[in-house]
Amino acid sequence: MTGDTLLSVEGIGKSYPGVRANDDVSFRIGAGEVHALLGENGAGKSTLVKMIYGLVKPDVGRMMLRGKAYAPAEPRAARSSGVAMVFQHFSLFEALNVAENVALGMDNPPPMRELSGRIREVSEGYGLPLDPARLVGDLSAGERQRVEIVRCLLQSPKLFIMDEPTSVLTPQEVEILFRTLRQLAAEGTSILYISHKLEEIRALCDAATILRRGKVVGSLVPKDVSAREMAEMMVGATLNAPARAAGKQGPVALRVTGLSVPSPSAFGTSLKDVGFEVRQGEVLGIGGVAGNGQDELLAALSGEIRTGRDVVQVHGRGIGDVGPNERRRDGICTAPEERLGHAAAPDMSLMENALLSGSVRKHLTKKGFIDWHGTRAFAEEVVKTFDVRTPGIGTAARALSGGNLQKFVLGREILQEPEIIIVNQPTWGVDAAAAAFIRQRLLDRAAAGAAVVVISQDIDEIMEIADRFAALNEGRLSEPVPTQGLTIDQIGLMLGGAHGMHEAEAHHAGA
Amino acid sequence: MLVLEKRPTPSKGWAWGTPFLAVALTMIAGGAMFALLGKDPVEAIRTIFWDPLFNAQFASYSRPQLLVKAAPLILIAIGLSLGFRAGIWNIGAEGQYIMGAVFGAAAGLALYPAETRWIFPLMIVAGAFGGFLWAMIPAILKTKFRTNEILVSLLLVYVAENILASMALGALRNPEGGGFPGSRNLSQWPAAANKELIAGTGLHWGVVAAVIAVIAAYVLLQRHILGFQIKLSGQAPRAARFAGVKPETLVVLCMGLSGALAGLAGVFEVAGPAGQISIDFNQGYGFTAIIVAFLGRLHPVGILLAGLLMALTYIGGELAQFMLGLPSAAIQAFQGMLLFFLLAVDVLSNYRIRLASFGREAR
Repeated sequence: MTGDTLLSVEGIGKSYPGVRANDDVSFRIGAGEVHALLGENGAGKSTLVKMIYGLVKPDVGRMMLRGKAYAPAEPRAARSSGVAMVFQHFSLFEALNVAENVALGMDNPPPMRELSGRIREVSEGYGLPLDPARLVGDLSAGERQRVEIVRCLLQSPKLFIMDEPTSVLTPQEVEILFRTLRQLAAEGTSILYISHKLEEIRALCDAATILRRGKVVGSLVPKDVSAREMAEMMVGATLNAPARAAGKQGPVALRVTGLSVPSPSAFGTSLKDVGFEVRQGEVLGIGGVAGNGQDELLAALSGEIRTGRDVVQVHGRGIGDVGPNERRRDGICTAPEERLGHAAAPDMSLMENALLSGSVRKHLTKKGFIDWHGTRAFAEEVVKTFDVRTPGIGTAARALSGGNLQKFVLGREILQEPEIIIVNQPTWGVDAAAAAFIRQRLLDRAAAGAAVVVISQDIDEIMEIADRFAALNEGRLSEPVPTQGLTIDQIGLMLGGAHGMHEAEAHHAGA
Repeated sequence: MLVLEKRPTPSKGWAWGTPFLAVALTMIAGGAMFALLGKDPVEAIRTIFWDPLFNAQFASYSRPQLLVKAAPLILIAIGLSLGFRAGIWNIGAEGQYIMGAVFGAAAGLALYPAETRWIFPLMIVAGAFGGFLWAMIPAILKTKFRTNEILVSLLLVYVAENILASMALGALRNPEGGGFPGSRNLSQWPAAANKELIAGTGLHWGVVAAVIAVIAAYVLLQRHILGFQIKLSGQAPRAARFAGVKPETLVVLCMGLSGALAGLAGVFEVAGPAGQISIDFNQGYGFTAIIVAFLGRLHPVGILLAGLLMALTYIGGELAQFMLGLPSAAIQAFQGMLLFFLLAVDVLSNYRIRLASFGREAR
């Protein structure tokens, strides 16, 4: 499959003030090859693909595309050379239909009727059926990704770059995407694939280049090594898989019954009769594609959304009608998904951000006056224990990389030693080593007798740490089932919201 | 080509440096304007900034005026800055200032001509209450009906002005004033007078209150959880809710506090420098205080300095009108430039300017 070299990158470097994003990076992609780009957060993967796509210009080094010098000044130049890219965040207009969105992304779109026909043809040809007339606002995340992919495919690219494409997909959708990508590769299109999910890379990719701190530290054939070996090359250290102590489960710590709340935001998802229980020492994993009510569920548990008193109960006592600080006093700590602006204030220092949610449980105020010494100590403890890479605790939260801030936020909540901890996407954007560490600390909390709720899109994560699994789909929660013995297919059906689940849930709630 | 590059962390140095740069730029642009008006720019700038303080002829009058004018500006601006930090925009401090004066004066005059030392404290409480009450209207409308506090508080200024006029002509009119509008002169009634505490300095109780407000606001913002919540709400409202801040409570608190402080400024003015309730009692302190609050970076110490600077441009401006025949509109334009440049150079604290050549990617 890997014949001639399509793209070769030779000695490329790029610096930003204070950071060497890429340093003497060289690698090559063969025609028809699926090539993975691996690395921790901040290893320089994004900078590298942005240079290939013409969004960023390298300081030094050169690139060759099909034997000719290649230096795209802008994405349009990259596209006309046959390089296409699907970003992690979609650039689609919800109020326009599929064909219109595709046309907007093209440099010279054909007439609409012809385009619709081509969309239908291409999307079905690659096993990604799309109706060109549907509004994008009505599509699921997986279908939106198809729009982006089809938009690229219409321009018959020679090199197709995908940045973390599977983070929004259910397992079934991932399978479909992989079939499409394999078909493309078989037709001679090269694919540059960025992902954190090592098993996916092993299943899909022919070759991989591993970056660490802006440098290439190795290249390998993913099928020949284990996911663990790859992860260790990425971080340059040995990894330990989270150890699950065979914990004893205590009485029910958190009980939610009949939780129905309208979403506070216009594009949010309302919760519909959500109910579950978590025992002391138990980890409940709540899976589901983002936007199915995860934010609303977290807000209802943190106290940002208030409900009837007995809808949320801690140790049998209703707390649904009190705010976040009262709930913290009762032992509930939460970590929202959105780090900047929700879990942390972007322009405030880490010290101030430690105070933000830590003031109650860490007793950082006395008669309303802030104990800055105690706050400093707490912030330093979080930074040290969770290996948050920062110049100091006086640094503004927005100056930290996403993964580092995530470590800080999770550390802040975990170190408050909550009796009940609810986290939304705890390891989103965090590298493998830090993710393993965070999961271990969550398991440690459970072992210490806390009830843990992990809301995550990452099924592997849930399977790794959760005792029971429930799926959140369009604001409805399936009945939790033990994770042991659960197959990926069953999970996929639950995430897709198979109808039996709703009935079972209605029964359960009524009983 | 110049490009703006976002700083990873806001620059502390520029946050403090920009006000000085803004003052310097105002002097240059203002000087140019004065030159175009046919005046000597150096002399005009000197008359505005130097003469009120150090000219042997004028300083004895101007120096006390500095405190008299700065005190209400600082008092009001401190209150406004708390709300502004939380993203609550009280634009109607002028109205709250008027209502403070009316309430305070009315409370005192109700007891006329009693001579007890409790009258002045009572007036202060009544004045603060009046301002508080007037600020509660937009606050409650905002929390209950989600109205816009900017519009409501601003429009209530004009309502307050009409109440002031009606008081000056009706209920509070001096019965011994021969039918002229305006109340009895409070500053000549010892029990109610806001006296000059040290003769020849302009120091009155309003100045004392302003200094206390500066210190209290500083402590609140640096050391108290409430100050933290105020800052948090302004910077990241969602994070504030996550931190357990109740937005409604904060609106009521910030509006109430800024209203009460504006009311205090009003009562100190009516019992001291102004002396009486009259139709044209208010002179725009409530609006100028908005400039002072921003000029001082919404920081208590900054506001203290900005209030003094603003008072200086007022006094110096009057002097320049009187001495050089500069039109008052030119002085107002000069003060406007100050705010304009301040907001314009503000960009430096969050961005750095870099020289970039064409064709190179800019980030």
